[in-house]
Amino acid sequence: MEILMCIVAGLLFAAAVYLMLSKSLLRIIVGTGLLSHGTHLMLLTMGGLKTGAAPVLGENTASYTDPIPQALILTAIVISFGVTAVFLVIAYRAYQELGTDNMDQLKGTEADD
Amino acid sequence: MINLPVLPILIPLIAAIVLLFVSKSILAQRVVSVIASASTVVSAMILMAKVKSDGIQTVDMGSWPAPFGITLVSDMLSILLVLTASIITLCVVLYSFRSIGNGRERFYYYPIVQFLLLGVNGSFTTGDIFNLFVFFEIMLMSSYVLIVIGGTKIQLRESIKYILVNVISSAIFVIAVGFLYSVTGSLNMAHISARISEISTEPIITVLAVLFLIIFGLKGAIFPLYFWLPGSYAAPPAPILALFGSLLTKVGIYAILRTYTLFFYHDQPFTHDLMSLLALLTIVAGVIGALAYRDVKQILIYNIVIAVGVLLFGIATMTEESIAGTVFYLIHDMIIKAALFLLGGMIIYIAGTSNLTKMGGLIRQYPALGWTFLLASFGLAGIPPLSGFSGKLLIVRSGFSEGEYVGAIVVLLSSLAVLYSVVNLFMEAFWKTPETPLPDVKKRTGSLFIPAASLVLLSVLYGVGTEAVYPYVMQAVQTLIHPEIYIDAVLKE
Repeated sequence: MEILMCIVAGLLFAAAVYLMLSKSLLRIIVGTGLLSHGTHLMLLTMGGLKTGAAPVLGENTASYTDPIPQALILTAIVISFGVTAVFLVIAYRAYQELGTDNMDQLKGTEADD
Repeated sequence: MINLPVLPILIPLIAAIVLLFVSKSILAQRVVSVIASASTVVSAMILMAKVKSDGIQTVDMGSWPAPFGITLVSDMLSILLVLTASIITLCVVLYSFRSIGNGRERFYYYPIVQFLLLGVNGSFTTGDIFNLFVFFEIMLMSSYVLIVIGGTKIQLRESIKYILVNVISSAIFVIAVGFLYSVTGSLNMAHISARISEISTEPIITVLAVLFLIIFGLKGAIFPLYFWLPGSYAAPPAPILALFGSLLTKVGIYAILRTYTLFFYHDQPFTHDLMSLLALLTIVAGVIGALAYRDVKQILIYNIVIAVGVLLFGIATMTEESIAGTVFYLIHDMIIKAALFLLGGMIIYIAGTSNLTKMGGLIRQYPALGWTFLLASFGLAGIPPLSGFSGKLLIVRSGFSEGEYVGAIVVLLSSLAVLYSVVNLFMEAFWKTPETPLPDVKKRTGSLFIPAASLVLLSVLYGVGTEAVYPYVMQAVQTLIHPEIYIDAVLKE
């Protein structure tokens, strides 16, 4: 199960890298979204995947799932959600102001500001 | 256990929330910002006195005992940096009154600065590796807003690249924390340190060390990960640039210093040699940039890269002396970089351009600014008895005694290059005969000059009063050199 999850995370990373290397700004942002998905899946896998028990440790529980990775992922999801929202807004504003979403035309040098 | 270590994080948070509600009144924004920044400085000073007398202070958040909950740890290093960051923020806030512009002031500039300080102070104080990530994100989110606030074309263009680089590095950070958790089974930094020293021979620890070097290197702008920095930092106006240049990269350096003294000190022949090599390449890259450009902002920005290289070399040498030098130099560099960027902002404001070839002759009308800038330049280059000297001396001397001759000589030569680049800047901007005669009307710069000059004064006092600072720095160094002190203080064994 862990191996499978690692492969899925790897595929997500590959897709993310592919998208982030493209020229269109929107594709890049979608790429960062996929990157964070891959990261979260990796984080879940890192804690070890156990089945059949709740992540609650009581007096009499024999087995339980490690709750820490789940708590971490929750935090990381919220953060990446916020960052993606900010990124989208800034990208849209940049598109309005600069009139392009092509990264080739966004290179810019000091001379033309 | 006292709750004092929370205050330098809590005050900016509350201030930022209050500021969000009074965004329409610029006067209220300014008053609340100054009161909040000043009280952060005071709380940091009280905490520093407490740490000096009673040793490391820890707070277990929510009363979950370490290592299960999140622990805030104020050792001497973190409180020194928190104090420095708070003082710099206070000066930058004062400087912003006249320079940042009403538009930015009305659109949440001051609350975001407080959020930035919250993130920076939190990163310095936290004792939990995932919490470090969270505070990094708070700091980065604020910096995303600050870099784009005002919405000029160049800012929008550069902010996209800045955000992208940091999103990627944050993703790697989360993965590395996940790896670290699966290897050690803990997130508490002291606990991780104890666990790692039990399994120190495992190669995975070295892999993790390099991963963390990449993450913090991206934030701290070491070679070959600094390419995003010059473009992005040139975009925002001077006060924001001063905050970025003096705080953000230094948080990256602090994180490297903390992790490499607490976690990854077992495989030094590999990790620390790698770091030493990267440090020297960083210095060379920074020197090339600083000498090549004819632009006030770019010269100062490349000087950030040089300083990062020197600090990294100090960490890589990893003796008591070199770590002491690194701590000295870290604090010096935060203060002097903020001062230089604020003074540079004044030069740009007066001349109306950041291009050196179009400037000249400012010394006639602005002598105080000129001589203060020269003094700050000497401090940056490390001319005794100014503040850069003692740190650099310790780093170079330990480099020689450890047989790292090439590194020590490169650090020494870099001082010459730094001196040349900033004195050249001084000559061009202040001394040279201007192409077009200067206007007779003198621009009013008093309210800009006072915060900048007080930072220079602080830097001079820091250099002259090295004897007084020495015991504080040595207490910080003891914790770094002997991780047991840190571990015992947190886990209370």
